[in-house]
Amino acid sequence: MQIKDLFSKKKYATIPSTGSKRGDVPEGLMNKCNKCGKIQYSKELEKNLKVCTSCSYHFRLSAWERISITMDDNDFVEYDADIESLDPLDFPGYAGKLEQQKKKSGLKEAVITGEGTIGGYPAVIAVMSFDFFSGSMGSAVGEKITRAIESAHEKQLPLLIFSTSGGARMQESILSLMQMAKTSAALSKFQSAGGLFISVFTDPTMGGVSASFASLGDYILAEPGAVVGFAGRLVIEQTIRQKLPDNFQTAEFNLQHGQLDKVVHRKDMKHTLTKLLDMHAVKEVAISGE
Amino acid sequence: MGNELPFEKPINDLRQKITELKALSEEKGIDFSEEIARLEDKCKQMEEELYSELSPAQKMHVARHHGRPTSLEFIESIFDDFIELHGDRLYADDLAIVGGIAKLGDIPVTVIGHQRGKDTRDNIARFFGSPHPEGFRKALRFMTQANKFNRPIITFIDTKGAYPGNTAEERGQSEAIARNLREMAGFGVPIICVVIGEGGSGGALALGVGNRVLMLENAIYSVISPNGAASILWKDASKAAEAAEAMKITAKDLLEFGVIEEIIPEPRGGAHRDLAVQAGYIKNSLEKHLKELRVLNAEQLVEDRYNKFRNIGHYRLAEAEAGNDASRAEAANSSQ
Repeated sequence: MQIKDLFSKKKYATIPSTGSKRGDVPEGLMNKCNKCGKIQYSKELEKNLKVCTSCSYHFRLSAWERISITMDDNDFVEYDADIESLDPLDFPGYAGKLEQQKKKSGLKEAVITGEGTIGGYPAVIAVMSFDFFSGSMGSAVGEKITRAIESAHEKQLPLLIFSTSGGARMQESILSLMQMAKTSAALSKFQSAGGLFISVFTDPTMGGVSASFASLGDYILAEPGAVVGFAGRLVIEQTIRQKLPDNFQTAEFNLQHGQLDKVVHRKDMKHTLTKLLDMHAVKEVAISGE
Repeated sequence: MGNELPFEKPINDLRQKITELKALSEEKGIDFSEEIARLEDKCKQMEEELYSELSPAQKMHVARHHGRPTSLEFIESIFDDFIELHGDRLYADDLAIVGGIAKLGDIPVTVIGHQRGKDTRDNIARFFGSPHPEGFRKALRFMTQANKFNRPIITFIDTKGAYPGNTAEERGQSEAIARNLREMAGFGVPIICVVIGEGGSGGALALGVGNRVLMLENAIYSVISPNGAASILWKDASKAAEAAEAMKITAKDLLEFGVIEEIIPEPRGGAHRDLAVQAGYIKNSLEKHLKELRVLNAEQLVEDRYNKFRNIGHYRLAEAEAGNDASRAEAANSSQ
């Protein structure tokens, strides 16, 4: 070995990665928080209603997960489980994507509707699922939500909608847009007849869903950190040529700007809903007294 | 020619030739009248062929033509005694929305529209016809007033969409649009909406919940602008022409879907070629529909509007594997 070798740069062997991205954890067993990065047991996370035990980040829930933590045990009856999307515009790639979304999520559409009880109070409920086509609203979603509103109206039950959606479903173009009018018109009838509608924003609720039924609640709640707005952050940044603050369009931001009534932690949601339903349960007395 | 659309070039070239030929014939005193007549015939024939079969993307260009008449121009041409009103009484006067009261023939009506600018400065003041929440609330104030005084409501739709800005979000863009949809559904007066240019997204629909929705022949109406759809779906905004095709945005498509009730024809070449003629077509159509709607009482008008929107949508029932018609029938049943 010559002396100059001492100063040459050492060559390091590179060990090829096994294909998984850094930071990935085995599927199912562990979960990494999207916000603080804490790795925690899935079981522990589930026990905590999928809220990070360290920073309280609220993980997104599928429709069935939401129903199971919201409704009283074993009395949920699903409505219109057979309604599915068509491809009315013959839109390139849409039919295939629908099939793929069904397989991925195990759902037939981006919303589950039905009725059951919450803290003993009967209610009609619609729960959207972001894992099906980003929770986008096409004809099928609009129809299921409209039917849920009409059922609540007919049965004189309170209506509860948990929203999460990227907006209207582009692949159904004008028909998606018209679902905004259809659902809002149904709410017009229901609410002017005295119906109670509680809307809960969950992460994220944007575009055509936030600009229709989701913003029309008599009471509007949101989960902490949920992003809620009309236009997406990127589009706005491109339009105004400014960087937006980190908290832009979060539930807390919307609360501060007067756009909702209350930000409710997931562990308190059922209790809060029960209290709200309880406050309105004496309606019959008020009506008979008139 | 600043007014020329790309696909109009062959016709304009020919027209140019005719003008040159005429000039030449005068200058040299040679009689080209036969040739000129033949060329003029050819020109007319080409125009007829071109404009009778515009592609969706070509219609999009006509709908966005910078000389296309705006709401205010139509309002001035169609109605009498227009009094423009301003402001939402909450925050501001959004110039992307215009409106007021006027007479359609003998009938006092409330008229509201999206307003694009006629030049750059006007466009900046009007946010290119894209309303903030205060614009939608201004429109709602006018409509509520119309409902109180039992005046029919006529709206002109012409916007790429609601303004995507931070202050618009802070003041509740979603809530403003949503509220208009719900309130429009409940008014006991006739509502007629006319898509005069580009109808884009919730910002268009916020003036669009009518008993009748009419569209000019070359107008377009969709959930998102073709450019926006192309950039989201294919990460390429330049594919707007393909998106325009795929999204079925023309008046003819929307008539087939039952979203609109009537296509109002345009003068050959587009509305910008002849404002007076176009205004006349719209006026006739408005008077016809208003006559039909005025026999309904408040309750019937609300019901009529409800049924119109209630029945829009194509879906299927999984087990039945039903086709479009069956599922639409199903939708109709459930609304009864």
